[in-house]
Amino acid sequence: MGRKLLLEHINVPGINTFDVYRSKGGYAAVEKALKTLTPEEVVEEVKKSGLRGRGGAGFPTGMKWSFLAKPEGVERYLVCNADESEPGTFKDRFLMTYIPHLLIEGMIVASFALGAKTSYIYVRGEMMPQIRILEKAIAEAKAKGFLGKNILGTGYDLELYVQPGGGAYICGEETALLESLEGKRGNPRIKPPFPAIAGLYGCPTVVNNVESIAAVVPIINDGGDEYAKIGIGRSTGTKLISAGGNLKKPGVYEIDLGLPAEEFLYSDDYCGGIANGKLLKAVVAGGSSVPILPANLFLKTINNEARLMSYESLADGGFVSGTMMGSGGFIAYDEDQCIVRNTWNFARFYHHESCGQCSPCREGTGWMEKVLHRLEYGHGKMSDMDLLVDVSKKIEGNTICPLGDAAAWPVASAIRHFRDEFEWHVTNAYEATTRNYGLAHYADPLNAVIA
Amino acid sequence: MLSVQDTNTPVKFSPELISKFADVVSRYPVGKQKSALLPILHLVQAEYGWVSAPAMDSVADFLSIQSIEVYEVASFYTMYFLKPQGKYMLEVCRTGPCEIVGATPIMEHIEKTLGVKEGDVTEDGLFSWRGVECLAACGYGPVLQIAPEYTFYENLTTNSVDKLIGDLKAKANK
Repeated sequence: MGRKLLLEHINVPGINTFDVYRSKGGYAAVEKALKTLTPEEVVEEVKKSGLRGRGGAGFPTGMKWSFLAKPEGVERYLVCNADESEPGTFKDRFLMTYIPHLLIEGMIVASFALGAKTSYIYVRGEMMPQIRILEKAIAEAKAKGFLGKNILGTGYDLELYVQPGGGAYICGEETALLESLEGKRGNPRIKPPFPAIAGLYGCPTVVNNVESIAAVVPIINDGGDEYAKIGIGRSTGTKLISAGGNLKKPGVYEIDLGLPAEEFLYSDDYCGGIANGKLLKAVVAGGSSVPILPANLFLKTINNEARLMSYESLADGGFVSGTMMGSGGFIAYDEDQCIVRNTWNFARFYHHESCGQCSPCREGTGWMEKVLHRLEYGHGKMSDMDLLVDVSKKIEGNTICPLGDAAAWPVASAIRHFRDEFEWHVTNAYEATTRNYGLAHYADPLNAVIA
Repeated sequence: MLSVQDTNTPVKFSPELISKFADVVSRYPVGKQKSALLPILHLVQAEYGWVSAPAMDSVADFLSIQSIEVYEVASFYTMYFLKPQGKYMLEVCRTGPCEIVGATPIMEHIEKTLGVKEGDVTEDGLFSWRGVECLAACGYGPVLQIAPEYTFYENLTTNSVDKLIGDLKAKANK
C-alpha cells in the first residue's frame, strides 16, 4: 500500500472532531502559511507541487490560482466545489464525512493565498448529513480561533460558509455552480470571462474541488517540491480513487499516481479483483463521462504497455483506445453486465441532467436515450449505431459547457469498443431481452494477465 | 411540473422560520440576498413537506425578488417537491454503478411493498418513492436516501428494505 497524505489519519477514532484532528498535526498548515509565508509564497508552493484539479478537468491548481485577477478594492472569492455527482465518484462524500477538518484547513490556507475574506463550500443538497458535519466543524474551528476575525493573531480575517445545492448534476460545472450560489438556475455561463476575472457576483473567483483543496494541506506542510516527487511525470502526488461496481472490495483508495492499473484492480491492497470470482469485462476509469474501455484495453495500452493510473497513461491512445483520469470514479463491470443497458442508463442520466440551455445537448441527449432504450428493449435497427455516433458527434464541442461532451463520449466509446454487442441486440432482439451478451472477446488477453 | 394552486391564500411563515431565513441571508454580501434562495427553499420544504406556490410567493416577498425567480429555481432543481409527498420519501439511486449491483430489483421491490407507483403517495400518507440520479455513494450500492432528513442506507437488499419500511411505519405510529 502506498503512502497516504489525505487519508493518513482517517481511521483514528474521533478524527472528525477538532481536538483529535489537531492532536494529529491538524491545522499546522494554517499556522505555517499564515505565520511564515506570504500569499504569493503559498501560491508558489502549490505551483511547484504540480497539483492538478482533482474534480475532473486536471487543470494545474497553482496556475488557476495565479490567473486570479486582483483589482484594488474588489472582493475575491474562493468557492469549494463539493457538488459531487459524477456517477462513479464518491471520494468527496468520504472526505467530508470522516475528516471534515482537512477540508476546512485547506480552505483557510487557500483563501489566505487568494486573499479571499469570504469563502463558500457548495455542497450538493442531497448531502444534508455532510452539510451538518461541515457546519459543526466550521463552528469548532471558529471557536478555536482558526476562522473569523484576526486568525491566530495574524490580522487575517476569513468567514467560511456552507451552501447547499438543490440537486442538479450541472452545478458541478464551475460557472453553473456560481449561478446556483447566486440563487439562480444552474445554467453554465459563456466563457470568457472566466471566473478568475468575473465569477461570484462578478468578482474574481477561484472554484476548486474538495480533494484539490484538501491536497493543499500536505503541500504546505511538506513543501511543493516534496509533493512533486510523488507520482509520475506531470501526474504528481496522490489521488483518491472511488472504486465501485462489481469489485471484491469497493471503496475509496488513496494511490500514488502512476500505480499500475492491474495492481490497483487486482491487488488485495486495493480493489482485490472482481467479486464472486467473475471476469472483468470493462472499466470506466474516471467517472461516467469518460470513454469506457474493454478489459484488455484498460489493462494494456494499444502499444502493449502496462496502463498506469496517471493522467497521461489513462489518456494514452486518445479517444481511439484510451480514456481519461477524470474525477477518479472507477467502475468495474463483470462478465454478466450488459454494455447496451449501461450506455442507455448513462444516456438517461445525461438527458435528465442537461440544463436545457444549448439545443444540441437538450435535444441530442434525449434522442440518444430513446434510441438506446429501443436497442436495449429489442426494437433496435442496424442503422441505430451509426445514428448514435452521428448524434454524439453533433453534440460534442457544440455546447457552452462540457456536459455535452460528457454525454457524447460514453455513447461513442461504447459503440466503438462494443459494436458487436449492440448489433447482437438488433439481430437477436428477443434473446437480448432475456439474457446478456456476456464476455465475448473483450477480455481475450486477460487470462494471461491473471495467470 | 407546477400544477395550478390556490395562490389566494398566502402562506405566513413563523417567526422562528423567518429568523432562520435571516441567518442564511447574513452569509452573503449586502444586496446579494438572492443567494439565500436555495437554502431557504430547503427550510420551507423541511417545515411544510413540500414547496407550494403561495409559499414561494412569500419567499419572494422576503427576499425582495419576483415570484418567477423563485418558481424557475424550484422547478429546476430536483430536490424541491412541487406537490405533497409522503412523510418519508424513499429516493433510490438508479444510475450506472448502482444499477449494475441491483438498483432495479430494489425499486421493483419497493413498488410492490408500498403498492404505489413511482411518485405517488401511499394511502396512509406515510410513503412515496422515486428513482433518482447518482447519489455519489457508488461503492456502497444499491443505496437510498430518505427525505426530508436525507438519512442514508447502503448495500441494500430486499430484506434490509423491508426492515427499513417496517421501522419507519413503527416510528410513525408511535
